[in-house]
Amino acid sequence: MTTESPRSAPPSARRGLPGHALRVVLVLFFSFPVVFMLVSSFKPDQQIFGDLGSPRAFLPVGSLSLENYTAVFDRVPAVRFLLNSVGVSAVTIVLGILVNSLAAFALSRMRWPGRKLLLTVVIATLIVPFETFALPLVWWVSKLPWLELNGFSLTLTEGWLDTYRVQVLPFVANAFSIFLFHQYFQSIPKELDEAALIDGAGWFGIYRRIVMPLSGPAIATVAILTFLPAWNSYLWPLMVVQDEELRPVMVGIQYFFQLNVSWGQIMAYSSMITVPVLALFLAFQRSFINSIASSGVKG
Amino acid sequence: MTAAVPPLPRPRRARGGTLSTARRREGVIAIGMAGPAVLLLLVFFVIPVGLAFALAFTSARLISPTPARFVGLRNFAMLAEDPVFLRSVLNTFAFAAVVVPVQAGLALGLALLVNGRFRGTNFFRTVYFIPVVTSMVVVSIVWTFLYRKDGLLNRIIDAVTFGHVQGPDWLNDPSTSLAAIVFMSVWQGAGFHMIIWLAGLQTIPAELHEAASIDGVSRWTRFRFVTWPGLRATRTFVLITITISAFSLFTQVNVMTQGGPLDSTTTLVYQAVRSGYQQQQTAYASAISLVFFVLVLIVSLVQRHLTREKD
Repeated sequence: MTTESPRSAPPSARRGLPGHALRVVLVLFFSFPVVFMLVSSFKPDQQIFGDLGSPRAFLPVGSLSLENYTAVFDRVPAVRFLLNSVGVSAVTIVLGILVNSLAAFALSRMRWPGRKLLLTVVIATLIVPFETFALPLVWWVSKLPWLELNGFSLTLTEGWLDTYRVQVLPFVANAFSIFLFHQYFQSIPKELDEAALIDGAGWFGIYRRIVMPLSGPAIATVAILTFLPAWNSYLWPLMVVQDEELRPVMVGIQYFFQLNVSWGQIMAYSSMITVPVLALFLAFQRSFINSIASSGVKG
Repeated sequence: MTAAVPPLPRPRRARGGTLSTARRREGVIAIGMAGPAVLLLLVFFVIPVGLAFALAFTSARLISPTPARFVGLRNFAMLAEDPVFLRSVLNTFAFAAVVVPVQAGLALGLALLVNGRFRGTNFFRTVYFIPVVTSMVVVSIVWTFLYRKDGLLNRIIDAVTFGHVQGPDWLNDPSTSLAAIVFMSVWQGAGFHMIIWLAGLQTIPAELHEAASIDGVSRWTRFRFVTWPGLRATRTFVLITITISAFSLFTQVNVMTQGGPLDSTTTLVYQAVRSGYQQQQTAYASAISLVFFVLVLIVSLVQRHLTREKD
């Protein structure tokens, strides 16, 4: 190690074996609970406990079956919970991309009164965690009115508890998404706007035909950063959704866990709501990592 | 607009009248575009934050036939005498005091380990990041099993020490319950901040490292005088985000221990949810929220100040 020549070997190669051993140990450290969960979801309870004392706990060996999974579907409306979460996440993502990119467009490319005020609010929301106003928000949404269409008559109802909209609308406008779009839009030359205005395009046309088609990476980042908290949301639906029909997956599994029936089934349910996200992550690894990285660059 | 009028070459340089009409049009359209976001932020951020302040001084309940009354500082006086609340403040601080440095440090170590070009960089980053994409609810459930008295963790301890050390019943023992939650939380969150550190590391010009290694400087010195100063902005961001999420501790507690045993894992947010939602005392929960809000604000400001001064 003392006679190393910096030209022939890149610095990282010199870290050599100890570094590599450490990296491998860390792979085991960060993956064992997830591997254990996946493997156990196929085993009967007795075998899960029996395998604990040996490496078999992490291996798909013994009597494996899908019984835990079928039992979960028999006991609880797990499909319904999955569909609820998919729906809530999808609508939040689509509305979020639309609403936040429009606001960012107005902020970054147009002059209007109220611009400064919106920027201030956006920056404030970045440092105030949701948990600080979640409880007053529960009280507030329990009082909010809503127009409901019954046949041909509109009726005014009070209270947003136990609805889909209460799971979606509070999370649509997002300061961080506005911020990301804003940063990205700044990099698109403004001369394009002027040229388009001369050609008779309107501001909305510029947004739709010029700026948004050039903003693919920003859209992907916002989609990912909206998806993860939407899919994982727990505290909020725990408080505002009582109706089992509207329950999302994380609250669903919490209730299932409290019944404390069978660890095999709990692991099956856990795997069921984790594997789709893991699959998405592995498929779009680069986008995921870049999204997270971008959240740090301009804190 | 008729076809006979030639298009203006540059709208901004047109005569005064046209200019202000264009400006006004621009303003109206911009407000229309920003409108939905402004409205949603107003209803779901500005008003609720304002309510946290206002309701804390009232007797508001979640579902109540009588309207809320102004009660002054009564809720805060009650907080000051509530032993469970005081315990939750203590626990929250203890949790943050350990998680913030340990998670930030571990994440930086990971980032340094996987920063560079060698075979499998991507594989290692991906695996270290897996806990981050696993929901905290699922992580908490799986670890509840691992932490059982007869669970996997104690079996591993047993095997490694050849039966000399007997692991405790981690989550049901008041002396280990919070530590168990700390350990799991660091495990889950480290990958996230590893990515943030990596992004920071990549902003440091490679020439600086090359120059240092040609000069034969030791790896530690290089870290101390090239890498560490180059991570200043990242450092502030990492510290503040970990602190805020540590102060917001709720999910792990609600899934794993419900604040127990003997209030050893109860936290500020957990208490706020308990009083505001389970007991429907919105006003009392708002007072807790307000305390929480002020704490987060103070800690963020202090950290921002400290990290700024050092360099």
